[in-house]
Amino acid sequence: MHFARLTATTAAVLLLAGVSACSSTSTTAAAPTSATGAACTPSTLQTQKSGVLTIAADQPVYTPWFVNNDPANGKGYEAAVAYAVATKLGYTKSQVQWTRVTFNQAIAAGPKHFDIDLDEFSITPERAKVVDFSSPYYNVEQAVVTLKGSKAASVTTLAGLKTLHLGAQVGTTSYTAITDQIQPSVQPNVYNTNDDAVTALKDHQVDAIVTDLPTAFYIAGGELSNGVIVGQLPPAGGKQEQFGILLNLHSPLTSCVSAAVSALNENGTLAKLQATWLANTAGAPVLH
Amino acid sequence: MTETLWTPSAIQQERIDYRRGQARRSTSIAVASTITVAVVAAVAITHSPGWAQVRTSFFNVAIGRQYFGAILSGLWLNLRMLALVTLLVIPCSLAVAGIRTLRGPVFFPFRMLASIYTDIFRGTPVLIALYLFGFGMPGLQLSGVPVSPFFWGAVALTAAYTAYVSEVLRAGIESIHPSQRAAARSLGLGYGQTLRLVILPQAVRRVIPPLLNDFVSLQKDVGLVSTIGLIDAIRQAQIAQSITYNYTPYTVAALLFIVLAIPTIRVTDAISARLTSRQQGSLAV
Repeated sequence: MHFARLTATTAAVLLLAGVSACSSTSTTAAAPTSATGAACTPSTLQTQKSGVLTIAADQPVYTPWFVNNDPANGKGYEAAVAYAVATKLGYTKSQVQWTRVTFNQAIAAGPKHFDIDLDEFSITPERAKVVDFSSPYYNVEQAVVTLKGSKAASVTTLAGLKTLHLGAQVGTTSYTAITDQIQPSVQPNVYNTNDDAVTALKDHQVDAIVTDLPTAFYIAGGELSNGVIVGQLPPAGGKQEQFGILLNLHSPLTSCVSAAVSALNENGTLAKLQATWLANTAGAPVLH
Repeated sequence: MTETLWTPSAIQQERIDYRRGQARRSTSIAVASTITVAVVAAVAITHSPGWAQVRTSFFNVAIGRQYFGAILSGLWLNLRMLALVTLLVIPCSLAVAGIRTLRGPVFFPFRMLASIYTDIFRGTPVLIALYLFGFGMPGLQLSGVPVSPFFWGAVALTAAYTAYVSEVLRAGIESIHPSQRAAARSLGLGYGQTLRLVILPQAVRRVIPPLLNDFVSLQKDVGLVSTIGLIDAIRQAQIAQSITYNYTPYTVAALLFIVLAIPTIRVTDAISARLTSRQQGSLAV
């Protein structure tokens, strides 16, 4: 579930490209501790269950982030990143345990039953007051998907989207991108899942839907036989939107996890995993 | 003749004073008990280890204020949907109840269809009915069939609530003693007249409390139209929660729903009380 993307009005510009984790406003406390340093090993990390890294994912989860709704198969970008982080911290594959945690459980007050959670959570300063985020593992864009031959298909500018009846999944930054960036004249529709949004698109209940770019490619290329990507939205307020791993507020693991993600970014692992699991997103024109 | 004012005897006066004293005593016990329970509950909650956390995530005044307007605008959708569905359910359920109580073998197929309908829609979760109508009907892509989720949401809720309400009405109709019908017919009223002038006025009066109960239930169920794309108060709260990672918007929505329900609940109580006093007359205590 893509509960996560809030328009990145974040003041902490956590550029994925080559910046080791550091956050000026959030409590992510991404101290540049080496992931391979003595402090970050399965024996010293204060995980929920000692010696085991408990990783949470939503129920269900969707392609291309996970494959076949089974995080443990390691397939899909987020599953692959989760295992790469675990490996970097020194856990073997059998020391990784998956648990299913819904969005509401993940952000609820009180004790949590997971160590880290990957669910396309966008990092924003507002959210960072309530939870911890690791350094970012993906730079995400929002994109507009429609059906071939629809009135949305011929739109080439951001202003052209204003008169359309748009849809998005609830709780996503795709929705806030509609209300904040596009500001359409018709109230957008909001759906429980991207699946419902796609159904509404097929039923002509909406002219176009907004999702993150990799999901947009998946929908246009797989779920819809006549789908087409209108284009991607420029970053809101000029700030790059990014996904981070979610941890409990002030989690003792945050700095180690952040360092591991940064190291995976620097050594090119993240780029390689993106090439494997996410469609080449270069083909979508940016709407201005 | 001089009228002597009645004055209670000494013994009666003693009885009256005793009763007054008892009443005062039970009032003060009730007050003391209420205060004790409230204090114990307040202390237990505010001294629980997670209270600070719960307070910031459920009762954050700043966030509640920030999203109040948006949630209120969502509530406007609930109110419009509630008014429309109520207006549709009343005639539809009367028709279905009327069909189900038709006498005579010739009407068997209509009675059967009506009972199949009520069985299906009382058994189907409203959520699934909404999905089937909201996504299924527009999916047919028949020309002339509306695609608006508001339209199909209203249809689905009307179908579901007509099933419930028609059964309540039928129970009311069947609770009227057969002699009423026989008497009406023997006075020369036709079937329809009997139903309209004699049976229904008594039947509806009897089932008003359960009908208002269904109305309170509908007030909350209209929000389910958010599953097919519309933004109601709870959906607005959910959107606000996804932005802030805080539950206060839900608390705000809950308060608005309570405010919405209180008048209905009070009216229900008042009507029930009036019915009781009418039926039991001076015997009512």
